[in-house]
Amino acid sequence: MIQQIDYFVIAPPLVLALSAALVLLLDAFLPARPVLSGVLALAGIAVAAGFVVAQAAGTGSRSTFCVPQRLGGTAATCSFVADGFTLVFAGLVLVAAAVVVLMSMTELTGGGIPVGEWYFLLLCTIVGAVTLPASRDLIMLVVALELVSLPVFALTALKRYDGRASEAAVKLFVVSVVSTAIMLFGVSLLYGISGTVYLSRLSGVFSGQVAAPGAPEGLPAVVTVGVVLVVAGFAFKIAAVPFHSWAADVYQGAPIPVAALLSVISKASGFAGLILVLVAALGGQAATWAPIVGIVAALTMTAGNLLAMRQHSVVRLLAWSSVAQSGYILAPLAVTGTAAVRSSIAYLVIYAAMNLGAFTVVMLVSKTELDDYRGLVFRRPAAGLALAFCLICLAGLPPGLAGLFAKVFVFREIVAGGAGWLALVMAVNTVIGLYYYAVWTARLFAPGSRAPLSPPATAWYAMGVAVVAAVLFSLAPQLVLDMASLT
Amino acid sequence: MMAWIPVVLLAVPLLGALMLLIAPRALHPVLRPYGLILSAVTLAASLVLVAAFDYGRPAAIQYELDLPWVPGLGMRFHLGVDGISLPLITLTALLTFLCFVYLCWGRGTAREFMNARPRALVFTLLVLEVGMIGTFLALDLLLFFVFFEIVLIPMYFLIGIWGGDGRRAASVKFILYTLLGSVVMLLGLLLVWAQAGTLDIVALNASHGAGMSRSVQILAFVAIGAGLAVKTPMWPLHTWLPDAHTEAPTVGSVLLAGVLLKMGTYGFARIAIPVLPEGAEAAAPWLGAFAVVGIVYGALACLAQRDLKRMIAYSSIGHMGFVLLGFATLTPVGTNGALFANVAHGLITGLLFFLAGAIKERHHTADMPALGGGLLARLPRLGSLLTFAAIASLGLPGLAGFWGEMLALLGAFQPADALPRGLFLTYMVIGGLGAVLTAAYFLVMLSRVTHGRPRAADEAETGPAADTATDAATDTGAGAVTGSGGGAAIAVAERTDAGLSPGATTDVAERADAALSPGSTTGVAERTDALPPDATTGVAGRTDAALPPGATIDVKPNEWLAWTPLVVLTLLFGLWPGLLLSLTTPPVQALLGALS
Repeated sequence: MIQQIDYFVIAPPLVLALSAALVLLLDAFLPARPVLSGVLALAGIAVAAGFVVAQAAGTGSRSTFCVPQRLGGTAATCSFVADGFTLVFAGLVLVAAAVVVLMSMTELTGGGIPVGEWYFLLLCTIVGAVTLPASRDLIMLVVALELVSLPVFALTALKRYDGRASEAAVKLFVVSVVSTAIMLFGVSLLYGISGTVYLSRLSGVFSGQVAAPGAPEGLPAVVTVGVVLVVAGFAFKIAAVPFHSWAADVYQGAPIPVAALLSVISKASGFAGLILVLVAALGGQAATWAPIVGIVAALTMTAGNLLAMRQHSVVRLLAWSSVAQSGYILAPLAVTGTAAVRSSIAYLVIYAAMNLGAFTVVMLVSKTELDDYRGLVFRRPAAGLALAFCLICLAGLPPGLAGLFAKVFVFREIVAGGAGWLALVMAVNTVIGLYYYAVWTARLFAPGSRAPLSPPATAWYAMGVAVVAAVLFSLAPQLVLDMASLT
Repeated sequence: MMAWIPVVLLAVPLLGALMLLIAPRALHPVLRPYGLILSAVTLAASLVLVAAFDYGRPAAIQYELDLPWVPGLGMRFHLGVDGISLPLITLTALLTFLCFVYLCWGRGTAREFMNARPRALVFTLLVLEVGMIGTFLALDLLLFFVFFEIVLIPMYFLIGIWGGDGRRAASVKFILYTLLGSVVMLLGLLLVWAQAGTLDIVALNASHGAGMSRSVQILAFVAIGAGLAVKTPMWPLHTWLPDAHTEAPTVGSVLLAGVLLKMGTYGFARIAIPVLPEGAEAAAPWLGAFAVVGIVYGALACLAQRDLKRMIAYSSIGHMGFVLLGFATLTPVGTNGALFANVAHGLITGLLFFLAGAIKERHHTADMPALGGGLLARLPRLGSLLTFAAIASLGLPGLAGFWGEMLALLGAFQPADALPRGLFLTYMVIGGLGAVLTAAYFLVMLSRVTHGRPRAADEAETGPAADTATDAATDTGAGAVTGSGGGAAIAVAERTDAGLSPGATTDVAERADAALSPGSTTGVAERTDALPPDATTGVAGRTDAALPPGATIDVKPNEWLAWTPLVVLTLLFGLWPGLLLSLTTPPVQALLGALS
């Protein structure tokens, strides 16, 4: 049977995959050109982003890999759909990817890391991250998620002969494989009950509109097990409690661009998958998963913030802070509804900008102890002020209005949805979070060493992109809301 | 109509601060005039606001500006001024300007400014001004919240960088405490939004809580009230305040007491009470109870303080207790009194903190036993001003401190119909007792600091010449206060300042036992400040061996300039309270519409 493929729809991941292959070939034949590989990767990302913009400019959603009509397929049974949700996540991932590539160009100047493999693996991860939000069946979802995760182990371990990096890679590998196993078990249970992998059909079965093939008289109790296992699998990916303990060690051991990638791209993919499964497929089972998500969100933000308070290494601090931020992103999902999902996505977009901004400055400074940041504002005013702005954004205070509005979006949905207890937990957590952000920010302005600092130019560009996005979102938060309302 | 004035009020300090970021090198040599001019322009804009205000209808929102900002949230950039916010906006612009005058005027600059990072200080104060003025201008719940939050970071740095020895802990405590309050307030505001469906304060005020059930109103009032009460601060949520005030630099304390606390009380008048009348009714007895506990607690705590700044900080808790008691009565009289006490406290406590800062700067301590009394004899002008501010603060009739507290107590005598009268009568009695205690601790403070013989006179028996010098200076100094006004003293001081060379100054100081004219005393003071420390010690050592260098300097020109307006306004509002009350009465009646 021959299936028609709409290449325009799959162009973004396709372009990225091609450029990944090209980078690898280039490295084999022209090994002494590390910058060229980076530029090629950037070009691939730019072209893919161009396709995303073109798709966004077009009307309606387009899909491909559909079940043909003569096999009982409908418009809704497609594996790959480019709708608003897909495009928002793809755009977010691609911009973040450009920043990570710019950071990598700085990281790779140190030598010791094979350039070709690095960019190849990086682009593979991005292929997965762009494919994942477009996936509309369970198998494709799991494959895309693995495509995001697997290259990251290798990226983490590419710093050869570095004990910490190897340990981080092994930890990440074990955690990720366990989480995949758990999720696959959950997915197989769901498939076993409903007899379909398509999210739209799953939605029909689990909301009770269509009878489950194996259980005509009602859904069996094992559905709950399946739902919980799938949620647990994604909880690993987004480092939610109780599956959060890997975050700090892995972030610290990995090169800084990889830590940034884990905290933004990998996390965005995890959330995209979680939202797809929970809302698109298991919307009918909200009574089962909403309380779990609420409790997990509350625990995640609390644990992340409490652990971050005790850190002296900035990367570990950012790791725990990003765990806490995961909790804030997760919180609106506990009050089900389209608006709540939108506020989650809006928070995620703003979080990506401010967190990447913080990571790029850490990359610029290339020091990991909090005390190394004393007096940064005097040594490098631009970097110091940018980091101060991003940290205040993460704390959610003016002048970091982006972070403030992100929290307002989330608070609004939680309060309107009636989950007052979660709003209170989040309020207290905002205050705990402010403590460590404020302590770090204060160091930037404290008198300290005046040793000159001369980072390479590409890291400046990376910082520029992230900070400009954060400032833009501060001035016009409506932009984010418009993006999120596409979904 | 003239909606550009509120925009100017916000844009001038904001753009000024941004310019400092963009062109730091170009502005560095002109930093002092720069800050002074920007704050003067802002003050001028606020005076235009006062001049062009339509006093025929103070209850109406004037200078209204309404633009969409975040349509997705229903949030609008909605600014406006009415009779309640007008005095507070002017007070803010005035106090900020006076802080800049204090810091930047003349050659005898304040210590903080010379010490470290003048650019950052100007930047911080300008951003602070944006937040403070914006809070009083905002007519959108979320916009109010945004401005309310803007002040946190600058104040954190103001305390954390330019503060005293315990600054780190104090600044962290300040920001965490107030953020916790404001996040809880945000939840309350969002609850109001979720129930009423609008963020527009004008519309919410007009509907008087329609569409919100009693339980929702109570919940929202408690949440919003808790946030505002932290800022105000209300007992028992006040614990951040003494530390923050004690450690903050002078300008920080002045703005903290003079304006930041008012943002909390203003929130009660603008949002909590009019938007949630039923919630206010249910919570008013509690609010009143906490308020009177705060009054008595503040007064008792003041009696136990040794540190002058800490004592004034605790006195703020007592004064804010009166303001909250006024609000709790839910009557036009009480609310008017609260709003009046608000402004009066801003003027008087601002002045008190200026004076305490000046004393601390001269003696390097604000510990009252260490100061050792005799301020009136040693530094007659500073001592007189401190006496004036203290009796204004304790509520002497005829000065601004009196009317607000009197009206608040009067409101408690006849509270709103829905409230238990007996309870409020009890509050009134306890509040009255608190007023007596307030008088007690201020008088104790005055007896410790300003009265008595200067310690120097007791210890200086070894040198009869020095003894004579002190006495001579005391006599002539006292004569200057009674004989010539402040303006004349400044003129003389500036003249001698210009005419004397450092060598001549030392010469004059060494012949201090000769008859001194009042003007040259000030002139010497000016000069010794600019001399290297060892030379200063030499000069001071002649008159007083026990005091630190600089302790013999009476009020300096920049201090006169900064303090005179506060003294004048305290007198003006004390003698003519109708000036403010006529402005606040109509809007208060409109806001309390559902209750009275």
